[in-house]
Amino acid sequence: MIDFEPSDEQALIVETVRSFAENELRPAARACDEGSQLDPGILEAAHELGLVANSLPEAFGGGGERSAVTGCLVAEELAWGDLSLALGILSPALLGLPLTDFGSEAQRASLLPAIAGDAYRPGSLALLEPRFDFDVYHPQASAKRDGDEYILEGTKCFVPWQEGLSSVLVVASEGDAPQAFLVPCDAAGLATEPESNMGLRALPTVELRLDGVRVPASARLGEGAGADLRQLVGRGRVALSSMAVGVARASYEIARDYAREREAFGAPIATKQAIAFKLADMATEIDGARLLTWEAAWLLDQGADVTREAALARQKTVQMALDVCDGAVQVLGGHGYIRDYLPEMHLRNARGFSSFEGLALV
Amino acid sequence: MPISFQLEDNTVLAKQHFNRVAREQMRPISRKYDEHEHELPTEWVDFWWKEGRKGAPGRIDGPNDGFVTVCVQAEELCWGDAALYLRMPTPALGGSAVGAAGTPEQKERFLSHFRADGHPIWGAMAITEPGAGSDSAAIETTADYDEATDEYVLNGTKIFCTAGEGASQVEGGFVVVWATVDKSAGRGGIKSFVVPARTPGMTLVGLEKKLGIRASDTATLRFEDCRVPAANLLGSARVSKKGGKKTGDKGFKGAMATFDASRPIVAAMAVGVGRAALDFVVEELGRQGVVIRYDAPRTSQTAIERDLMEMEAELQAARLLTWRAAKLISSGKPNNLEASMAKAKAGLAVTQITQKAVELLGPLGYSRKLLVEKWMRDAKINDICEGTQQINQLIIARRILDYPSSMLR
Ligand SMILES: Cc1cc2nc3c(=O)[nH]c(=O)nc-3n(C[C@H](O)[C@H](O)[C@H](O)COP(=O)(O)OP(=O)(O)OC[C@H]3O[C@@H](n4cnc5c(N)ncnc54)[C@H](O)[C@@H]3O)c2cc1C
Repeated sequence: MIDFEPSDEQALIVETVRSFAENELRPAARACDEGSQLDPGILEAAHELGLVANSLPEAFGGGGERSAVTGCLVAEELAWGDLSLALGILSPALLGLPLTDFGSEAQRASLLPAIAGDAYRPGSLALLEPRFDFDVYHPQASAKRDGDEYILEGTKCFVPWQEGLSSVLVVASEGDAPQAFLVPCDAAGLATEPESNMGLRALPTVELRLDGVRVPASARLGEGAGADLRQLVGRGRVALSSMAVGVARASYEIARDYAREREAFGAPIATKQAIAFKLADMATEIDGARLLTWEAAWLLDQGADVTREAALARQKTVQMALDVCDGAVQVLGGHGYIRDYLPEMHLRNARGFSSFEGLALV
Repeated sequence: MPISFQLEDNTVLAKQHFNRVAREQMRPISRKYDEHEHELPTEWVDFWWKEGRKGAPGRIDGPNDGFVTVCVQAEELCWGDAALYLRMPTPALGGSAVGAAGTPEQKERFLSHFRADGHPIWGAMAITEPGAGSDSAAIETTADYDEATDEYVLNGTKIFCTAGEGASQVEGGFVVVWATVDKSAGRGGIKSFVVPARTPGMTLVGLEKKLGIRASDTATLRFEDCRVPAANLLGSARVSKKGGKKTGDKGFKGAMATFDASRPIVAAMAVGVGRAALDFVVEELGRQGVVIRYDAPRTSQTAIERDLMEMEAELQAARLLTWRAAKLISSGKPNNLEASMAKAKAGLAVTQITQKAVELLGPLGYSRKLLVEKWMRDAKINDICEGTQQINQLIIARRILDYPSSMLR
């Protein structure tokens, strides 16, 4: 039966994550952005909620409760708190979920227990490349088989690189087919250059250069045909779409509350249609985008190919989030442009969704 | 129940059934009745009366998606032809009003004919007047109570009444007319009355010539000392000076609440028209070798692919907002906000989608040889009827800001 209400269980998760986002993430958001760093205490505290571990297999210490829809609910709430912190908190999934989906028994055993363990262990996926014509399904980074090793070459960007990271999952083309390889962060031939971006300032990311990096053949994810990159990309797009919804909702709520308080010409600006209708449109577009995203996530949970739905959700949420955050800055007027308020950060962060791929997974 | 996008089998059956009806019964005569504006589409009306109204096959007792199914039906039939959909012999909006505010006796008296054999009949709802559209509380049609006969006497003029020709002229049908029993009471004085077809004093003045939905009869009705029994008043006769909030009589607010149920249907109608255009464009361009590559990087996507993807995403967002508003009805939950969101989104999205469809097909899209230009003309009504885009924005804004209408009007 068609239903747009989360189950009781999902509602409970949402409530927990929402209050964590409200009490922990939101108050820290500005300081993290200004200081260009994540707050390790918050990452640890979030880890205790078991958000990533919950979706890993029970056999490796996880909760065995995998659901893309639930993943979306969590991602939206966290991103509503703060996008950079949300990406940091969920980064273990960048290793954990692909390993769960495509990894061999040995690969899973090597990393999943630690990810599901007591301490927060960051993860990372190197998917994007620094080119304007980057094609996520056809990375230029290459993997050539050499005996029982692979040699990796190429440049990746927007690679999360937090302290304590031990391995990164690198996507590179083996012949025509994109594949994912588990690469230790200290591999020879691997070099990193810290990045600095318009938004997501608190999340440490690097440009990753792979210059003849050798990994054993067993480092490739998946036996036989390997990892299903289409699915991986879809899961990334759906997760990021939810986060775009979360950022937009955060910005919209601030604008809505501000508009009720702020007076001009003797009345709250929210009583003017130009402002009220803008807010009404924001609310409607946020809800529409969220439903599109949920539908794609639900299809993922049904085991369907979501190339189309994830692309549509992405296209929609990218534009919606930008419009809403821009609208929020506008509603706050000059104050919206000042870093005392969050919408300017939301606008910087929201613009990134058109570039982001694979920064989060469900 | 967790979040799910799985339609029940019965809903899917209904979808398939009404799609076939749309394909076989509506599309072939779509152009004809667009051209013959005020002619009764007899083949369609007869088909609906004899066959269509029986509904879709399926297990009556099986699980179903409730009001979502109603929206799915509206979408399919409007994918066929929105104007013919509005011309179906049904109680339509008049029926919603009776259903929402009528007593069991009134429901039986006015709606049972629609289930009986006999000839096709129509229901309609007349709110709009020459001087009052969006501001429906400003209507001037009066209803004076005549104690001697226990009747109300209606005087005034109603315009833009959908299905107003059939509902006012064909015995068995009815028009629900909004009128004020006490002008000084403002909203509180507004009541609705069921005026049976052919009641003396109700005159069909004329039919509008329109941009689109031309097969739908949009009537002007005049009421001159038109008498209806007091038993035809929907809801309580009490006049509340406070809009009825405290007295338990839903009054004006109750009447407005019927829109919470009808707006998702209008939104679904819009989605149907938009899908007709989008399906056609995708198919036609597909024949020319244009396929949407959902997995192509932005730099290699064509402008047409981008346009089509945007149209698909917007249409689906509108559809899901519509289903959400409908689902709330089935769950017995308030949906005032969600109904307006669905209506505002669908009305605008589909207006834009159909306009884009004409553009993408070039001269072909503009030609009356194809139906695309008709769909563009038809689509626009969904951004006007049942609350314009702006009125729905107002409702949404009041809800999200928690403002009474006095603060935002
Ligand atoms: C084909 C057709 C069928 C119809 N069927 C029916 C029917 O069956 N029954 C019925 O009763 N009516 C029907 N209507 C009438 C329809 O509901 C009205 O046309 C509609 O509500 C708008 O009213 P109006 O035309 O008087 O425009 P107006 O109210 O004059 O509005 C004109 C413009 O001003 C805007 N506006 C108005 N108030 C505000 C505000 N407060 N803030 C911002 N903008 C505002 C409107 O959005 C619109 O853009 C039908 C109309 C058409 C065209």
